[in-house]
Amino acid sequence: MFGRDEKVSAIRLTAAQYIILGIFLILAYGLWRLQVMQADYYSLAAEKNRIRNVPVLAPRGKILDRYGRTIVDNYPSFSALLLRDSTRDLGADADLIAQGLHLDPNEVRARIRRFASMPQYQPIFLKEDITPDELQFIEAHRNELPELDTIMAHRRLYPRNGFMAHLIGYVGEVTDDMLNQPQFELYNPGDVVGISGVERQYNNLLMGTNGSRQALVDSHGREVGRLGETEAIPGKPLKLTIDIDLQIAAEEALAGKNGAIVAMDPHTGEILAMVSGPTYDPNDFAVRVSRDEWNKLVTDPDKPLLNKAIQAQLAPGSTFKIIMSVAGWQEGIAQNLHVHCGGSADFYGRNYKCWVYFLHQSHGEVDLEKAIYQSCDVFFYTLADRLGIGRISKYATMLGLGQKTGIDLPNELSGVVPSEEWKIRNFKQKWFAGETISVGIGQGAVTVTPVQLLRAISAISMGGKMVVPHVINPTDVPPGFVEAARYTEVKSIPINPEGWNYITDAMTRVLLPGGTAPSAQVPGIDIAGKTGSAQVVSLALRAKVKNSSEFAQNGWFVGFTPRRNPDIVVCVLFQGGEHGKLAARLATQVIKAYVDKQRLNPPKMVEKPKNGTVDVGGLWSDPDSGKQDPLEAGRFVLDLSSKPMVLATGAPGMTTH
Amino acid sequence: MSRYVSYRDFDWVLLGFVLLICGMGVMEIHSATLHTKFAGAHVKQVYWVLAGVGAMFLISLVNYQALLEQIHWFYIGGVGSLMAVLLFGTRALGAKRWIRIGGTHFQPSEWVKLILIVAVAKYFADMRQRELSWGDFLKAGAIVGVPMLMVLAQPDLGTALTYVPIAVMGVFLGGLQWKQGLAVGLLGVVGVSAVFLVPRVHVLKSYQKQRLTSFIDPELDPQGSGYQVEQSKIAVGSGGLWGGKGSQTHGNFLPVPQTDFIFAAFSEEHGFVGALGVLLLYFIVLMRLTQNAQTAPDRAGTFVVMGVVAVLSFHILVNVGMVVGFMPVTGIPLPLMSYGGSSVLFMFLALGMVMNVRMRRFVN
Repeated sequence: MFGRDEKVSAIRLTAAQYIILGIFLILAYGLWRLQVMQADYYSLAAEKNRIRNVPVLAPRGKILDRYGRTIVDNYPSFSALLLRDSTRDLGADADLIAQGLHLDPNEVRARIRRFASMPQYQPIFLKEDITPDELQFIEAHRNELPELDTIMAHRRLYPRNGFMAHLIGYVGEVTDDMLNQPQFELYNPGDVVGISGVERQYNNLLMGTNGSRQALVDSHGREVGRLGETEAIPGKPLKLTIDIDLQIAAEEALAGKNGAIVAMDPHTGEILAMVSGPTYDPNDFAVRVSRDEWNKLVTDPDKPLLNKAIQAQLAPGSTFKIIMSVAGWQEGIAQNLHVHCGGSADFYGRNYKCWVYFLHQSHGEVDLEKAIYQSCDVFFYTLADRLGIGRISKYATMLGLGQKTGIDLPNELSGVVPSEEWKIRNFKQKWFAGETISVGIGQGAVTVTPVQLLRAISAISMGGKMVVPHVINPTDVPPGFVEAARYTEVKSIPINPEGWNYITDAMTRVLLPGGTAPSAQVPGIDIAGKTGSAQVVSLALRAKVKNSSEFAQNGWFVGFTPRRNPDIVVCVLFQGGEHGKLAARLATQVIKAYVDKQRLNPPKMVEKPKNGTVDVGGLWSDPDSGKQDPLEAGRFVLDLSSKPMVLATGAPGMTTH
Repeated sequence: MSRYVSYRDFDWVLLGFVLLICGMGVMEIHSATLHTKFAGAHVKQVYWVLAGVGAMFLISLVNYQALLEQIHWFYIGGVGSLMAVLLFGTRALGAKRWIRIGGTHFQPSEWVKLILIVAVAKYFADMRQRELSWGDFLKAGAIVGVPMLMVLAQPDLGTALTYVPIAVMGVFLGGLQWKQGLAVGLLGVVGVSAVFLVPRVHVLKSYQKQRLTSFIDPELDPQGSGYQVEQSKIAVGSGGLWGGKGSQTHGNFLPVPQTDFIFAAFSEEHGFVGALGVLLLYFIVLMRLTQNAQTAPDRAGTFVVMGVVAVLSFHILVNVGMVVGFMPVTGIPLPLMSYGGSSVLFMFLALGMVMNVRMRRFVN
């Protein structure tokens, strides 16, 4: 009988023993695998656990103006960390921590909970950009709250209220899209790089290289030994060609308006000022910008994020007439053209109105000069018709319209210069002669950006010398960062000197009584320019909607001083400004600021002349000349090559012995 | 009529090996907690071991057969205490495992383990047939299953799983038939797959599931549940043949080195040779225990000892398996080495039962 004393099956007992043996063999194999077979791999992994590369952050280079004045700098910013390795009861400390850091204690506790599953050696970020008193709090409580620590980062400090925001741009963490582009392949996720403007264009220069410190750490992140260090290379400062004083004048001129103002040195292409409106404050982007704020900026119909100086592609209006004049002169048509403007004219079965028509006036007999300073549409309709779109397109393109200027800023747009090929390529339709008529006055298919227009007019004012606009001086930049040749290249556009004189003289009459912008004249400064009032919808339609502001015209003005080989060229786009003369006033504001500043400066000393002669201008009285007005003015040449001359009077920059 | 129970029959050899293992444990706890907030734990461990030895002697005094007779009461008491935990237990770390009585915490699931060993032994000892009928089989399952489910409900997956080997050993030695074994095996496979693969089945919480699956591929979640496994493997592997400096344990990379991962800490410091040595010690202990089972005076005695063997083997398998990456992280300690009072006490009480059986092997 099977009873209590019946032994348990011996076989089964032995079987159990063997099963246990089997288990132990498996475990021994597991040990063998790790400790003998893969020993090297795991030794390496153990080492990696121990050695940490701690980055040493490199500060970003400052951005300066042409005189070395600081525009953008960094400020040290501290973030508060919570270390979780200690035995401290973080929940109990949360109240004190929250009080000291001006946080909500429940939020602090919630954060601790959220990170509970992460390894203990990873600290939690409690607050970024802590204030000095919060920093003080952490330092003062090192004993009571050893789990609090700080880490320092450099933050960008931009001028307030969006001053120069579009030109400078802003920085942010490199995005995934950017990482995929070839120029960013050396960057790592998490790097702070320039996202727009100069910050982006010259990011390589500004960024510097982070160093690293090899430290022996335990899993709490505590350094238990130092192994080696590579120093951080700080970013290099970037000197712009901008003059802050001029920039201020331009910003004040455009304040509260939509559009752009650009000022350039026509000899070199250096940009002296660049404003776009409306603007935004890039300091908001330095701390995380909320989704709502970003959406607001992106969907704003006035497009505050666009740099309108290089990205607004709009019809140039009457400013285009200057290009037309050059085209017409070079083709031998414009100088001899005489047109009667009765307020409108018929072409190809349509009646095209001159702007004076709506004032119930007419221009009467018009030649090229009058057509320029009175901005007669009918003249230029006629000229356009005579030239044809092919020739117009040729000269416009020669003067750089319809292409990017190559300015050293990202995302420049190219505008449009229409032509027959262009229309077929883009619309699969033939160009109709009637369309040329509107192009003649800068309407229709032609669009320009302010900086393109600036460059074209600048070239005309310089007698055909066309420069490449740029915002930094290549000589100020260490070698290898900038292709200097790209920006110092000067093209020569063939412009007849006679035409050049004629057109620029006509342009000075724009700001005189009888011209289209006499109210913008500044006494004592020789300003030449051209206004433009570009229609957004046709004038007839506007009349129908009773001149509603929604369809307000864009006011343009391009001007320079003095009238030939000028020192400065300014282009203004005043969106919704209606009339070019309002844009003109803004431009002359900037020009005046420039000239005033120049006149305050001591006269430039002339270098010792190379060929030994000096041009001298003088005013003298010659009572023996027998003339009625004994005051003579003129120029004469002094030869200094042979021996030093003794002069009766010294003039600035000349020796008297 | 009881013959004089002599302490000569006490298994001193077994105790010797057991204390040797405990000694290594204390040494390793000391080394692992040296610069941490747990420093001094090894001293506490020594106290627990001493207390354990005392308890062991005490329990070996009472004739186990008497205990067997009263096992019903103990069983009811055990289940009752588990119920109390579910109803009144204090929550800690997301689970209700303890009851507060006075100022101390008690973890009933541990002493229930001991009760179960004896209960299962009694059940099979009373059996009349050589082979297990389906009815017997299911009844055995219920004896273990009910408390197991209650522990699972706390939730405490790890401890609940340690009840399984008791049942398995019991039915195996009690005359499990091939068919029944196969049926259970299949049911087990289906059940496990259901728990993991079918989204509607909510037996395990998701973090428990994640813990169990992350051991398959710790790379998937190196900072979370797979982190511990990876760190353990690194520590063990870097120990090499003879052991290393223990950078992982001392650098705080190895999580909880004094409890769950004590074997990893030991392996890192003493290498393959040391680790194998400890495994050998455990093996000797188990074989010695099995010998005591074979020389037990009655079936019940054999079942009791083999129950202890089962639990011990299971712990070792799961813990060391986890340390080398074969098993998921389940929070099961390494008996005799892991720091922790309840584990040490349980082991010594269990060993006390074994001594109990052995000492009476000549008694009828």
